[in-house]
Parts: sequence; structure tokens; C-alpha cells
Amino acid sequence: MIYTDEERLAELLRALPPAPTGWVRAAQELPRVRRELDGIVERAEADAHFRAELLADLERALAAAGVEPRRPIVEELRRRLED
Amino acid sequence: MHPLTDAQLVAACREGREEAWNELVERFSRYVYAITQAFRLAPPDADDVFQDVFTRVYERLDTLRSDDALRPWLAQLTRNLCLDRIRRDGREEPTEDLDPGTIDDAVDKLDEAFAVREALGGLSPDCAEILDRFFTRDESYRTIGESLELPSGTIASRISRCLARLRDALEGRIPAPAPSGERVTR
Repeated sequence: MIYTDEERLAELLRALPPAPTGWVRAAQELPRVRRELDGIVERAEADAHFRAELLADLERALAAAGVEPRRPIVEELRRRLED
Repeated sequence: MHPLTDAQLVAACREGREEAWNELVERFSRYVYAITQAFRLAPPDADDVFQDVFTRVYERLDTLRSDDALRPWLAQLTRNLCLDRIRRDGREEPTEDLDPGTIDDAVDKLDEAFAVREALGGLSPDCAEILDRFFTRDESYRTIGESLELPSGTIASRISRCLARLRDALEGRIPAPAPSGERVTR
């Protein structure tokens, strides 16, 4: 492909603006979040009282574990607890 | 030092190397984001799709048939999740400016833009930064000049010179990274 047209190059550069920093950071933290979720679910399976508290306020439980309670994470935790 | 190819990056992610996962997200974040923008999703919906895409990639890396096919897979996944979101929200099916042909064209353009960004990574850090600041971050000459401690009057000529270098890199006149999947090793 021949890029003789600098206007076209400029247009292509503009076509990929950076994603919001918070979105990128949240996606990069997936492995850690997964580990945290595994730990929370494991504890909930062993402790009915903890499980009940957890289901009552998932966002708070995630925040306490250092996980930003973004909607997909909260939904996944709820799904795993209800399985 | 050459960046990892997409295939090498996928392999490293499968080994559980978190720095590889960080690199994968960094490498493709603009691309996935731009596709959500092509569908004109509202920011909260685009954020959800963005996270869903990378969650699925993380969960399903083992199912990727060809490690070199990461970018097409990301494109398809993002498109499907955008359409799911539009349907779930009860919006009308895209008809005119968001019809499949238009989206195909938009993704083709993003593929081309991705190649340009890869070439940008092969330029000097100064050139890459000045072009990124001006074109993708929409910073003014003054802002760039202040940040790089350069007189704003020289920014325009730098941009022009760096664009010419980028063009040369894309035409293979100076060494530049090959497209994804064809690079060597780190």
C-alpha cells in the first residue's frame, strides 16, 4: 500500500484514539480480579454466613477485596454464587 | 528489541504471564474501543462491551484456532457484542449508516489504521509521541510545545517531518516493524 497522501495518513492516525485509561486498566486487571473472585467464591462455599452477607451487598464485598465493582464483575460474581 | 508477535503474545498469556496480558490489552485497546465507537454505543455500553471483549478473550484464549488470528477474532467478538448490546437495549436494528456494509468498511479502515500505528511504533520515540499527541489526542501546537519543551512554532514542521518518516516506514524505505504476526522475537 502506498501512503503518498499525508492527509490519509493523518486520518488513519486519528482513527484509533486511546481508549479511556480506566477501561484499559480494568481490562488489564482481569487476571488479578479472577483470582480475587475465586477466593471470594471459595470462602462463600465454605461459609454460609459469609455467603449470605456477600449476596446482600456484592459491591461492598468486591470493594473490600480491592476489586473495583464494575458491572460485569458484579454480575459474574452473582452468577458464580448462584450456580 | 522487537515486540512480541501476536502469536507469541497469545502463547505468553496462556502461560499465565500477566505482563503479556497487559501488553495484549494495551496493543488492542484502541482497536476494540474504536469498533465500539463505530457502533456509536453510549459510553457506559461501550465500556461494558470493552470489558466483555477482554473477559471473553481471557477466558477463551485456548479456543483460538490460530494464534495469528487474534485481531480478526477481536474484531468479530467486538462486533457481535456491540450488536447484542443494541438488541438488548431494544434499539432498532442498524439500518442506514450502521448497516453491515458500513461497519465492514469501518473495520477495514481500522485494520489499516492499526498497521499505521504499528509503523508509528517503529519511529523514534519523539516522532511517535508528537504524532500521537497531535493526531490522536488532539493536542494543540502550544500544548505539545509546552509538554516537550519546544517552541510551538517548530511543532508544525516536526509533525510534517515525522509524517513523512511514517509514510516512508509504511512504504518500507526505512526499517519498520512488520505487520502483526510477522515480527521476530522479543
